Amino acid sequence: MSFFQEAHEEMGPGKRLIIFILRLMLMIATPLIAFAVLYAGFLFLRAGDAPKWVITLVAVVWGVGGVAALYWIFNWILEQFPDRWRSRLLPFLFVGPALAILAWYLAFPVARTFYISLFNKNGPAPENFVGLANYVAVFTDRLMREAFRNNIFFWMLMGVPLTVGFGLVVAALADRSQYERTAKALIFLPMAISFVGAGVIWNFVYEARPADAPQIGLLNAIVVALGGQPRAWPAYTGIAPFNNVFLVVILIWLQVGFAMVIFSAAIKGIPDEIIEAARVDGATELQIFFKIMIPYISTTIITVTTTITIFTLKVFDVVWVMTGGQYGTEVIATQFYRQSFVARNAGYGSAIAIVLLIAVIPVMIYNLRQFREQRGFK
Amino acid sequence: MISKRTGGWLSFILVNGALAIMVLLWTVPTFGLFISSFRPKEEILTTGWWTVFPHKEWVKVEELRAKDLNLDTKGEMTIAGVTGTFKEFREGIETPDGKRVKWIGNRRLGRIEIQEYKWTVNWNFTLENYRQVLMGKEIEIKKPDGSVEVIPGENFIGSFLNSVAVAIPSTVIPILIAAFAAYGFAWMQFSGKRLFFILVVALLVVPLQIALVPILRDYAKLNINGTFLAIWLAHTGFGLPLAVYLLFNYISTLPRETLESAFIDGASHFTVFTRLVLPLSVPALASFAIFQFLWVWNDYLVALIFLGGNKENQVLTMHLANLVGSRGNDWHLLTAGAFVTMLLPLIIFFSLQRYFIRGLLAGSVKG
Repeated sequence: MSFFQEAHEEMGPGKRLIIFILRLMLMIATPLIAFAVLYAGFLFLRAGDAPKWVITLVAVVWGVGGVAALYWIFNWILEQFPDRWRSRLLPFLFVGPALAILAWYLAFPVARTFYISLFNKNGPAPENFVGLANYVAVFTDRLMREAFRNNIFFWMLMGVPLTVGFGLVVAALADRSQYERTAKALIFLPMAISFVGAGVIWNFVYEARPADAPQIGLLNAIVVALGGQPRAWPAYTGIAPFNNVFLVVILIWLQVGFAMVIFSAAIKGIPDEIIEAARVDGATELQIFFKIMIPYISTTIITVTTTITIFTLKVFDVVWVMTGGQYGTEVIATQFYRQSFVARNAGYGSAIAIVLLIAVIPVMIYNLRQFREQRGFK
Repeated sequence: MISKRTGGWLSFILVNGALAIMVLLWTVPTFGLFISSFRPKEEILTTGWWTVFPHKEWVKVEELRAKDLNLDTKGEMTIAGVTGTFKEFREGIETPDGKRVKWIGNRRLGRIEIQEYKWTVNWNFTLENYRQVLMGKEIEIKKPDGSVEVIPGENFIGSFLNSVAVAIPSTVIPILIAAFAAYGFAWMQFSGKRLFFILVVALLVVPLQIALVPILRDYAKLNINGTFLAIWLAHTGFGLPLAVYLLFNYISTLPRETLESAFIDGASHFTVFTRLVLPLSVPALASFAIFQFLWVWNDYLVALIFLGGNKENQVLTMHLANLVGSRGNDWHLLTAGAFVTMLLPLIIFFSLQRYFIRGLLAGSVKG
């Protein structure tokens, strides 16, 4: 029940006005008090002089509770309005915060980043306007050319097919093995590990010691046992640009589990009868794999391929931690980070970000088409 | 019965054998690091982790001090029945009975080991590495010669708590906001609804790099760089398109009759949402929660940019990455640190695997 209506009953006009004003004050005061409490919490957290675990606890309670409280308070305020107003405003309480955040964090930045990309490193001011010069630099600069080469030829053309291929093979093998669950869990496990953690794991595999000392990195131990020279492989420019392969291996190792899980679900969806019928007709296992399974799950293969392609386009952590982009291993995202935040050349960095965005636009259009075809919207 | 779908022993062996090789390849890197994290500092640096398995190796059976033997290290020497130059002894000379005499160290102060080639294992395990990365205190180690080596520790517990303080709100806030929005899109009428939802779908694949520079500038103006609030909001923003999309797909398929009967009983949208829709959506919420939690926990780039200036609030991935940069040869710290970082994701992974996989299946479109 809303107090605007309630207040009409059996009261003189003066009394009604007083109650109305009191309630109005309450409506305004409640969110103000809430904001004050939340701001106090914020100041406490920013000061950070309490013991660490107290800060953690306050942060979690304040962050989670604060958002919930805001929704609750604003809903309470809306409930005080007349019905007609309420039903008009309520959708904005539900959808508004999400849209505001999406606008602030993703939609507007597209335009803002494009705007920044038109200026040199001194930032947006008329005299710093350089037009599309940053974009010319993006495609001509030596390090950017190196980054494009690595992203396209190693991360994309090598990493993506191998990840998808291994994922398919493992999914098909696991489907008919005796220990499917264990095998899938173990291959999937790297998905739970951060790229930084994976970097440490693989640094240890690639670790090189002088040739006469015992090797502690597994790869070099094998190389030496086979009569080769120990090398810090990702940093070994003697085989450049193929030292990138050793970084791509890490991506494959991390992502095969993802591809496998999704393919596995798709393979399980193939009706048994189809496979049995093929077998009765004398098809070999390989024929079943290539002529039945792969065509049957081709849509899934396309989805996974797209996802991993987008992923490789933005690969950053693993390169940053393993080589820092040195030794000819620069990628687009490391260049973006270096230009934007190390060299403080935001204009150039923003141009790189826009190029990244343009690269995913086909996927965006595909997603929108799918959405329109699948359900549209009532 | 041999298996579910196979025919014959040959394919049985091929399938299981090939899979076993794959599993082995995928597991060995992590396993090696895991074993190493329990090995003493010196041993990590001098022997491979695989020496914890039985292997044949030259093992010392007797030791002689070079000084006591009065040897002429310039020319040929005879030690324990074998003759050779200093250089040859440094490489090791085998005796007729299968032993080896090896000079360790320099000419004057070195020692001579008589070794035997036999089966052995390096089973020296310790929790010292974990103590060092967790306790964060300087650790003094008394060496045999009386000198004291001070090793600065690493306070991973602090970073662990920071990761918790970042990851939990960064998971719950977007879920809450997205669930409200998904409900709004699914069950409310308002103008521009279709257009707004198309915006959400379009933003699914926008690379977050696009937002970093402008948002960092906003944060500088608001003076919230390096705070938890800053990174919660950032993760919320970057996670929202997927969260809204996934939760909408779920919430819009809830049975219409259930909700309508609640409205007829006079329940408000808010009540229906909190009492009915949220509890009914737990599977979808859980899937997304796990996906988002692991994403945030393992994130490095967003943390680096929005928390980078504030060492007090640095999260685990930043701490570990710094350690790689500054103390890349301290393998005992790196191995233990890496496992502290992985601890929570691995627990979640093993206990909630089914939800996690469902989250991945649904979340494969994230940009």
